[in-house]
Amino acid sequence: MSPNVTAFAIVFAAAILFFIWSVYRRFRLIALGQPDNRFDAIGRRIWNMLFFAFGQRRVVKRTFGINHFILFWCFIILMIANVEFLLHGLFSQQIALSKLPDGTYHTLTTVFDIVSILALVTVVIAMGRRLLFPPSYIDAKSRDAFFILSMVAMLMIAFFGLHGAEIANGVEKAEDYMPISNAVASGIFDGVSTNSLDTWAETFWWIHAIVLLGFLNYLPYSKHMHVLTAIPNCFFKSLDKVNTQPREGFKQGNSFGAGQVSELSWKGLFDSYSCTECGRCTDICPATSTGKKLNPRLVIHDIKVNLLKNESVLTNSGKQVSLPLIGDNHEGSVSEEVLWACTTCGACMEVCPVFIEHVPRIVDMRRHLVEMKAKFPEELLTFFENMEQRSNPWGIAPTERIKWTADIEVKPFEAGQTEYLFYVGCAGALDSRARRVTMSTAKILDTAGVSWGILGKEELCCGDSLRRLGNEYVFDRMVQENIKMFEAKGVKRIVTQCPHCFSTFKNDYRQYGIDLEVIHHTELIDRLIKSGKLNLKSERNGFGNIVFHDSCYLGRYNEVYEAPRHAVASATGHDIHEMHNHLDKSFCCGAGGGRMWMEESPGQKNINVARTEEALANNPKTICVCCPYCMTMFEDGLKDKDADTNVQVLDMAEIVAESLK
Amino acid sequence: MLVVTCIKQVPDTTQVKVDPETGTLIREGVPFIINPFDIHALEESLRLKDRFGFRVAVLSMGPPNTEVTLRKALALGVDQAILLSDRAFGGADTLATSKVLAEAVRRLSEQEDVGIVITGKQTIDGDTAQVGPGIATRLGYQQLTLVDNIENVDLHANKITARRKLEGRHERVESKLPVLISVVRSINRPRYPTVPMRLMAEDAEVILWDNQVMGLDPETIGLNGSATQVRKIFSPERDKGEILGDGAADLGKAVQLLVSKLVEKDLLHI
Repeated sequence: MSPNVTAFAIVFAAAILFFIWSVYRRFRLIALGQPDNRFDAIGRRIWNMLFFAFGQRRVVKRTFGINHFILFWCFIILMIANVEFLLHGLFSQQIALSKLPDGTYHTLTTVFDIVSILALVTVVIAMGRRLLFPPSYIDAKSRDAFFILSMVAMLMIAFFGLHGAEIANGVEKAEDYMPISNAVASGIFDGVSTNSLDTWAETFWWIHAIVLLGFLNYLPYSKHMHVLTAIPNCFFKSLDKVNTQPREGFKQGNSFGAGQVSELSWKGLFDSYSCTECGRCTDICPATSTGKKLNPRLVIHDIKVNLLKNESVLTNSGKQVSLPLIGDNHEGSVSEEVLWACTTCGACMEVCPVFIEHVPRIVDMRRHLVEMKAKFPEELLTFFENMEQRSNPWGIAPTERIKWTADIEVKPFEAGQTEYLFYVGCAGALDSRARRVTMSTAKILDTAGVSWGILGKEELCCGDSLRRLGNEYVFDRMVQENIKMFEAKGVKRIVTQCPHCFSTFKNDYRQYGIDLEVIHHTELIDRLIKSGKLNLKSERNGFGNIVFHDSCYLGRYNEVYEAPRHAVASATGHDIHEMHNHLDKSFCCGAGGGRMWMEESPGQKNINVARTEEALANNPKTICVCCPYCMTMFEDGLKDKDADTNVQVLDMAEIVAESLK
Repeated sequence: MLVVTCIKQVPDTTQVKVDPETGTLIREGVPFIINPFDIHALEESLRLKDRFGFRVAVLSMGPPNTEVTLRKALALGVDQAILLSDRAFGGADTLATSKVLAEAVRRLSEQEDVGIVITGKQTIDGDTAQVGPGIATRLGYQQLTLVDNIENVDLHANKITARRKLEGRHERVESKLPVLISVVRSINRPRYPTVPMRLMAEDAEVILWDNQVMGLDPETIGLNGSATQVRKIFSPERDKGEILGDGAADLGKAVQLLVSKLVEKDLLHI
């Protein structure tokens, strides 16, 4: 079937021009974002794109993702058919698949026929899911979703209508190779006159053409923009795990953090175009699931809305409609309450199929509030001042850092004399509960004959919470002091017992060009066990059922999952029990991202209580943690549940130290 | 009109130990902080700037490294920072200190009317609470100590209404300007500096006034001008506490033990 070429050429040209104009308008806004190099290591980037976009690796991690996987590939395959369709419409004499050799043509028509019915089935399944089993974490009945699904369905129906009519009319030479279209021909068009069949074919051809061009033009104005951006977003994805933020340059005249949308990096803006509104981030977010106002999907959505609504201001071509990026209660603005609710646990980024970077955007906005406005929850004022004056969160005198060494002999770190710097950390040195973990770690290291020393009174905070809270200026000063000390003392290898110190030294300090070998105590202890340097009892030893909690900054941020599990199993002779949310899906204790130092904003439940309940569901006698923050949060959670007399919280090091023969 | 805030850089006393041999403070390696009461004085002067449009000058007498403390004040938003530093000022007690500070305020008042001088209630190293009143006395200003709320400043009538926090009661008072106010910590919550202000403060000018500028008689200031001399500093002897009985195992018995011990020490009569 060939349409009226002139009529189609006009429609086609108008549609393509409008599409180009729309895409230009959208992408010109992306270019207003801040620089961010995402064009390095092209080879790895192409691989990421193939693996995560075309392979849909993360999409299929949830069962329903398979439906999307099928639809995605149907689309890719049908793209060949649709390009041919449009070109044939313009140059019907010159371009046609039917001009290909018969074998090729027949194969292609069969593939297109089967793929089209598959696409139609997936669309029906998707609609059915949204209508009958709507998941709580998406806007299941959104008009946008149904509109686009209907358009896809109409495309497929038009495809079968067109080919069915042509087969019935005897003008399709591949009729025997198109089972579905053939069935349509015999089922619907049987006995219809040639004239009518011509009309049917032409009608379906035009429906197909208009829906196809309409679909294309609808994309830039809907969440289905992701059809255009998701694949490149996988190309632009961060090459490392996103476990830190870029540094800021502290020069007069600079502005800090993101107070307006164009102060975000261009990748941050591109992310907002790539969101498919699948809601997986919402579903896994500990703040959202305990009833806080934070919903990671909406943060990204608000960035997009803000960008689009401020288009005329940003491109300086119209009236001023400045919608603030940080503000209350309207679409397109992220409220301060939302920004402070984030624990930076990173679960949202771990599940996002298209690698949207939620946490760095939240920290960008926190930076603006702290650095430009000095605006933050009031309990943080004392915290910030304690950090600046005494380099620890509680404002305790630094001389107290050596209190735990009163009864044991501990060497000061000295290059050449001691191999590891045991960086005790603020909690490990100053918190009475965490000090017991420090003693256990020290005992294990001594038993295994590890050579280690401490900085004692000179030890400073690593600055983790400062950075996550957006106080980059003070963090920057602190890092520089620490690095000066590490370099002066010749520190090369550091063992920490706090995942926050661990991740900060390992990932954040790297931005300052210092080469440190950082190891978490769980890894070092496990290594000592594996190399036979520790003699363990391998019995339950009063620990009972042990349920294990993955710390975000150890597991998700640095992929240390196996070491603590293996160490506990070796020490007790029994495997740990897994909570429902574990490994990369672990549920935060509630203390990350500086939330340790803030009151929890109102919600249905405190995050630590939710996580404690999850642990208690396994009926444990011991909850095993690897982080002083998690320790505090679980101990508080147990008190809240009146379970602190029956259940104990122990650090992995305490379990191993207790199990030493 | 000018508000002048006097601040002092003090050793972080929680980290200071006394050398039992020499009877002096071990200051080595002890970080310096702004006297905690003075942070509130500084904040109140900035609030007066916000509320009534005063200009704010900050004074600090101390060694040259006091400049760091003055830069912190600049980062918070004061308009002018003056460092009073000279060997001749050293070793001063509260009398000699208040003379130098009063002279500095007087010099400032030659250029611009001074409406209010604000100090913290006391410093955490000396704990005398005398310097503020000393300045007022030397300048002939009114003085309102222990203020926890400045209700109003009436620039036309040239008067101030404030609330003083006293033992178990409050006192609302009115005073003529110029006035010296010493503040308690509950008067406000100090602000936090923004980064642009911190960066500005790094390069801002800290004006140095030494005794060449001030021109005070060396016999009336510093160690020579001090009426008091510190002979010895020592930590009071303290008995170690003891744990009586085992309260967790037998609470009643432990309480009995405590009561008998108190009676024995003549602290309780039954």
